[in-house]
Amino acid sequence: MNRPHEVAQAILSRCQGATTSSFRDQCRVQVPAEHLLDVLRYVKQEAGFDLLVDITCVDYLHYRDATERFGVVYLLARTESAERLTLRVMLSEPQLELPSAVPLWEGANWMEREVYDMFGISFQGHPDLRRILMPEAFTAHPLRKDYPLQGRGERHNFPVLTRAEA
Amino acid sequence: MAIELPDNVVVSKLDELASWCRKNSLWPMPFATACCGIELMATGASRHDLARFGAEVFRFSPRQCDLMIVAGRVVMKMLPVLQRIWQQMHEPKWCISMGACASTGGVFDTYAVVQGIDRFIPVDMYVPGCPPRPEQLIQAIMDLQDKIQREGTIMGDEFSTQARQQPKRALVELPIIGRPSAACVRGTYEGLR
Repeated sequence: MNRPHEVAQAILSRCQGATTSSFRDQCRVQVPAEHLLDVLRYVKQEAGFDLLVDITCVDYLHYRDATERFGVVYLLARTESAERLTLRVMLSEPQLELPSAVPLWEGANWMEREVYDMFGISFQGHPDLRRILMPEAFTAHPLRKDYPLQGRGERHNFPVLTRAEA
Repeated sequence: MAIELPDNVVVSKLDELASWCRKNSLWPMPFATACCGIELMATGASRHDLARFGAEVFRFSPRQCDLMIVAGRVVMKMLPVLQRIWQQMHEPKWCISMGACASTGGVFDTYAVVQGIDRFIPVDMYVPGCPPRPEQLIQAIMDLQDKIQREGTIMGDEFSTQARQQPKRALVELPIIGRPSAACVRGTYEGLR
């Protein structure tokens, strides 16, 4: 039986700089970006966390005691035993690059596109890293905390159709 | 002077006859994007029975419609689609902005949601509510029928009056935060249209 905490300890022993924490018995591991692909491969192929539930991101700008800007979160599940594991990678500008998880999970494709679209984190080795939600001509990454809620005028700047034109 | 007419002959103006025909056979184009669309469907269904007002023939092709009912919020990615569908409809055509979101953006005062479709396409009738009751939509359609009967002309001259050429609300009404990014300035979305 692969308890998530045992897996976390195994990750700690395998990669330098990883830390682990726990909240209400949910196990979280923070790994350095350079070890991410190794850790993902380990938890999928050896520890049996075969389901990538989600990839998402948190912007820690103005967050208390935060030292790095972004935290990319990988939510994993082990379908055999219904156990869950959270991996987190901290990133700061200008180094907003991560290895893509698509070689391990095909389902990471659209999740990584969403993180790229909303936060501007690029995934190296992604087969098709385009915006998935916003229009292609959009230039900002709207879920960043320094992006104004009401936008920078994107919703206003369309041609106006009058009765004479239509 | 007296003209002898049979009892079953009525004299009218051609404009009024055309308006009478048009107002009683509005074919709605349901542009339903959110919960207002559910009320729109309820309006067309048996309990509220939009057929009583001749407007029950929902068509999903803009080529066959003359009344666009925008029901729900319109996001900036959808707006070029909305404008294109509006352009594809044949004259004479009218537009009802149904609900708070279509009329003003509603609670969605965010970067992605258009703050009122009347900034970008002409709107004839607004329906308040979140979402409006079917009775409110029926009232709007009846008011629109009155409007068509009152000012309609067979050549559609009422559409070329000065008041109908202006967007209802000035684009400067809501503050634009920051400077528009270069890719989002006017006209960049031409390719999507």
